[in-house]
Amino acid sequence: MAGRSTEPPEKTTGPNLWLLGSLPLVVIGAAVALFAALGAPGLGERRGPPVEELAVERTVLRPGEIELRVRTDGPDPVRVAQVAVNDAYVDFRSSEQEVRRLGSATLTIAYPWIEGEAYEISLLTSTGATIVHEIGVAVETAGGGAHLFGLMALLGTYVGILPVMLGMLWLPWLRRLGDGAVRVLMALTIGLLLFLAIDATLEGVETANEGSQALGGASLVFLGAIVAYVAISAVDVFLRARRRQAGAEGLHLALLISIGIGLHNLGEGLAVGAAYATGALALGALLVVGFALHNTTEGLAVVAPIARSRPSLARLATLGVIAGGPAILGAWIGTAAFSPTVTAFLLGIGVGAIIQVVVQLAPLIRNPEGRYLHPWSAIGLVGGIAILYVTGLLISF
Amino acid sequence: MRRPPVPTDRRGWRRNLGLPKLHGTPPLDHRLTRRKALAGLASLLGGGAVAVAGTRSARGAEDTGAVHGEHSPEHMKSSMHAGFANGGRVDPVANGFDPSAIARDFDWGRTRRLANGRTRREWNLVAVDKEIEVAPGVKFAAWTYNGRVPAPTLRCREGDLLRVHFLNAGSHPHTIHFHGIHPALMDGVPGIGEEVGGGLVASGQQFTYEFEAGPFGLHLYHCHATPLSAHIAKGLYGAFIIDPKDERPPAHELVMVMNGFDTNFDGSNEIYAVNTIGFHYLHEPLRVRRGELVRIYLVNVLEFDQINSFHVHANFFHYYPTGTSLTPAEYTDTIVQGQGQRGILELRFPFTGRYMFHAHKTEFAELGWMGFFEVVD
Repeated sequence: MAGRSTEPPEKTTGPNLWLLGSLPLVVIGAAVALFAALGAPGLGERRGPPVEELAVERTVLRPGEIELRVRTDGPDPVRVAQVAVNDAYVDFRSSEQEVRRLGSATLTIAYPWIEGEAYEISLLTSTGATIVHEIGVAVETAGGGAHLFGLMALLGTYVGILPVMLGMLWLPWLRRLGDGAVRVLMALTIGLLLFLAIDATLEGVETANEGSQALGGASLVFLGAIVAYVAISAVDVFLRARRRQAGAEGLHLALLISIGIGLHNLGEGLAVGAAYATGALALGALLVVGFALHNTTEGLAVVAPIARSRPSLARLATLGVIAGGPAILGAWIGTAAFSPTVTAFLLGIGVGAIIQVVVQLAPLIRNPEGRYLHPWSAIGLVGGIAILYVTGLLISF
Repeated sequence: MRRPPVPTDRRGWRRNLGLPKLHGTPPLDHRLTRRKALAGLASLLGGGAVAVAGTRSARGAEDTGAVHGEHSPEHMKSSMHAGFANGGRVDPVANGFDPSAIARDFDWGRTRRLANGRTRREWNLVAVDKEIEVAPGVKFAAWTYNGRVPAPTLRCREGDLLRVHFLNAGSHPHTIHFHGIHPALMDGVPGIGEEVGGGLVASGQQFTYEFEAGPFGLHLYHCHATPLSAHIAKGLYGAFIIDPKDERPPAHELVMVMNGFDTNFDGSNEIYAVNTIGFHYLHEPLRVRRGELVRIYLVNVLEFDQINSFHVHANFFHYYPTGTSLTPAEYTDTIVQGQGQRGILELRFPFTGRYMFHAHKTEFAELGWMGFFEVVD
């Protein structure tokens, strides 16, 4: 007994710490189980009719057939009893008899739709409520297969990799610029990134509002942004600790910017792929040119921090692929499994990544007096925003 | 079905395809430009996925001429027949009434010959709340007279003394308002006659409507409690036939009450029908004999929509508006009725086979108001 009192306290508290920590959890779990087993004693039935909310997450049009993927957003399960298309009851089958909360089902509707016309699909539930879904313009949904796969790869290359790499061709010019001019360019880059962040946030919120709200809705954009910001910051600290001796501060920054822009392009590619799959996107020359111009400025942002260093061509190419390549991946995901919820989250991740990069770049625009905002940085910032605003006008489809 | 307003008070109602701003549902005006763009541009990246919608509609056309009684799921999949999903039916046993029976169910009441030679007829009508199935899998909290929608078809002769004993066993106050000629107290209108138990009849109360049958013709009765549209839309209505003293020629007689159901309470109907169940007579055609006189008592009680109509295929009928004259007013194959309007149709089918009848407001037809006559030898 006496010997025990001489033992260091750490040894005895080790296992006890875990036990003490999990005790409340065990009690909570038991209480919840008991409460559920007794059927929520004292609370009684909920008043009022069931709340039926159904979000249409994906629409697929095939000849003679319309397929909807729906998700139950409300607290109560939903049974789709009948379906009317443009005010006429139609034949359909549902993959689920009843769609439980957060569950999803696929409704396959037999309907001889006509290309280019508009349709209103009314889902009549077992309680007589209706959920209305509109198809603005009926166009056959692009199916899977190697052709679409290749097409999306080509599209991703056109709007992602090529423009970014073209933008990187400014590197030799950048090298000849003085410190003041580089500060302007850094400010310009920050302006570009701020525009992208705002644009992607709005797009993400808009997309999220069209999808299931129960899964988080627009908050997913902001959650994604926070996750990405924190994760990239952690990666940044990790990388810095490892290559403190190398002193390649510029390349390190360029890599971070590439990752940030790459994550942004993932969301962008997703949007483009989904739009193409559902026929909402016309793959026009103007669209591709607009996107290319838009993204060329992203290439400038990637190389701006390495104006003073001399990276190898392979390194530069890698940076370009990191920044532009995810557009292809996004386009594939977008055509294969479009979901507003996933898109919103990915767009949010892009936003967080971009903000992280902006924070990284900010010190580089300080003038010799240490001020962030001075006439030249202001010109750069506003100029960057203006460039993306103008090139963005070309891709409003 | 009226299209609901775009911003709606129910979340989850109007969910466009969730696409980012790049490609939201475009305004209709832009459709043409969009299509042109699509057609022209697909070439740029070799996007060959422009629709081939034409092929399927051609296939559907093969079926449209044929007539089938059974709508198996397999069949419905490729054909473009009207009807509910998978050829689904409503169970008449669970509902407690069958539109096939209602079409031929005339309730003459309990009769008694009075000393002066007149006939007295009595009925009991009980208002009850009842959940009914109005389309396969779709429940509707109806208000009914005697547990059925439409209510019993009350039938009598001009000059009969009528007594309708009304018990309100429903959860709301109701009345029975008969179309016909009678004193104010018997009119079933709130505010008139409450002091003697009439007017608005509270839950659990009863009242006897008593009046002389007239004029002869086809009439209707319905609840007149306010809000009126709700009490009618919920199902409190029925046909009321007063035969002329000199009887009409014998015929195969049918009652059709044109109605609808606003299942989501947005002030427009989701389901249209004759005798409540949409598409019922597609699955259970009304069977008549070739050459026999068919007389249809057609009443329109449809709430929310301004007009309703009746059209019969491959035939014409004599039309007696309100049935108040023995001379037909028109020989036609399509008539239109506003709410509360009604009339008698007489026709003979010269050929055997199945003949469609439906609202010639085709929207109503495709939302349930459609059926078949089956003419046999």
